[in-house]
Amino acid sequence: MINTHDILETINMIRQENLDIRTITMGISLLSCADSDIHNSCEKVYEKICRRASRLVETGEQIEKEYGIPIIHKRIAVTPVSMLVAASGGDPVLYAKTLERAARAVGVNFIGGYSALVQKGFAAGDRALIDSIPEALAETEHICSSVNVGSTKAGINMDAVATMGQIVRRAAEATADNGCIGPAKLVVFCNAPEDNPFMAGAFHGAGEPDCVINVGVSGPGVVRAALQKIPHGNITDVADTVKKTAFKITRVGQLVAKEAAKRLGVPFGIVDLSLAPTPAVGDSVAHILEEMGLEQCGAHGTTACLALLNDAVKKGGVMASSHVGGLSGAFIPVSEDAGMIAAAESGTLTIEKLEAMTAVCSVGLDMIIIPGDTTAEVISGIIADEAAIGMVNSKTTAVRVIPAIGKEIGDTLNFGGLLGYGPVMRLNTASPADFIHRGGRIPAPIQSLKN
Amino acid sequence: MRAIITVVGHDTVGILAKISALCAQHNVNIIEVTQSILQDMFCMIMLADVSACNVAFTTLADEAKALGEEMNLSVNAMHEDIFNSMHRI
Repeated sequence: MINTHDILETINMIRQENLDIRTITMGISLLSCADSDIHNSCEKVYEKICRRASRLVETGEQIEKEYGIPIIHKRIAVTPVSMLVAASGGDPVLYAKTLERAARAVGVNFIGGYSALVQKGFAAGDRALIDSIPEALAETEHICSSVNVGSTKAGINMDAVATMGQIVRRAAEATADNGCIGPAKLVVFCNAPEDNPFMAGAFHGAGEPDCVINVGVSGPGVVRAALQKIPHGNITDVADTVKKTAFKITRVGQLVAKEAAKRLGVPFGIVDLSLAPTPAVGDSVAHILEEMGLEQCGAHGTTACLALLNDAVKKGGVMASSHVGGLSGAFIPVSEDAGMIAAAESGTLTIEKLEAMTAVCSVGLDMIIIPGDTTAEVISGIIADEAAIGMVNSKTTAVRVIPAIGKEIGDTLNFGGLLGYGPVMRLNTASPADFIHRGGRIPAPIQSLKN
Repeated sequence: MRAIITVVGHDTVGILAKISALCAQHNVNIIEVTQSILQDMFCMIMLADVSACNVAFTTLADEAKALGEEMNLSVNAMHEDIFNSMHRI
């Protein structure tokens, strides 16, 4: 039998340190549902999702109980809906409503994939879908949207960047009486991964199998607790401790992923090795950075600590899983992380520091609440900067900012639940309008020429 | 399949008897038991064969948990593989 210490360590991780599987996400290809008639297409979409995912939630709950590990979300990612719109034409919001109906029928809490990939330009269906995002997010509850505007291989589509600034604003305005929740479900990507199980950016890429199970792990609380045991260790010890802890966390993710795939009769895709915080006390990435020795997250030194953390998580996790993918690393969503919220409220954590952190974290500027009067051009400027960091560094970056309509710097916006709450953060408001309105494409960087 | 049942809390009379009775009631064979006192807490770990269990394992896990709550103890019944996968390569 495994020794007592190891057994108790596992139980302690789950019961005291918030170790959980953040999400089992079923990827479902909708390419087989394409039809020149949008109503037929919607019916096929509904039927396929309900058929494929009918046992997803039940199976997740069963595994949760048998193994004693909480599985927080059961979700679905689908083929970017713009591809269906390309075939069918018509009002894309019909697809959003169909997906909403399917989400309710199978009991998942989000379906991701109201998406378009436009890094090099707009194809049929892309513009219509992007234009419909504010309405789709306002009229549904369980739909997540994402748009990929750049990549290392393609460069950055600046027309899409300009458009997305307006879309983010419109999404906030359309949901102003509902806590501006719209843009909290909308991610603008550079180098979007096609197998990411985490919302709001999950979608099922065109190169993926017909149906697949991807799993996202979590566990910032476990990493912090492990570091608390070595208050005087040097940085090498810190990195080693993070690696060992990430290994253990990921092994649980691998176990759950394989078991879920087997029981659902669907291939196992990847485990996403991410540290995903929640607003709960003891589940914060910022607190890990502070445990490394920072007075507060956002202090000088934060980027270095985050770089170490992000790298060590990958190194520890990669041996623990047969297939690693998705975003993999440390997330830094401000409103979803108790330590980040506190640091933003005290003014230690600024948006400029967050931007620097996104060069070394797993995603980008995430769940940041900005003043309600921020112009579309400034939002586009933020998107362009993030996309540039991603493009040049061959990494995924993203922007999920929420203009808090009617609120000013220092006010608080509360989404409730895992999306959390946070202060409206100060932005540099000097106008990038002329740059944004030039349009065109930033050419792919020299790093793209690897052949 | 095999399960690990852990019991952690303040030592009281009859812990082993009650957990064993629950196992017997459901036709669960206890393979191995270790118990120790860790930082003033009573800690018992059982390895049990639940393949002939007469209820679903999830029901057994729920009942074990409820029994623990009655005795003011933390009782967990979990599939052995979660420990194997985390601690063995």
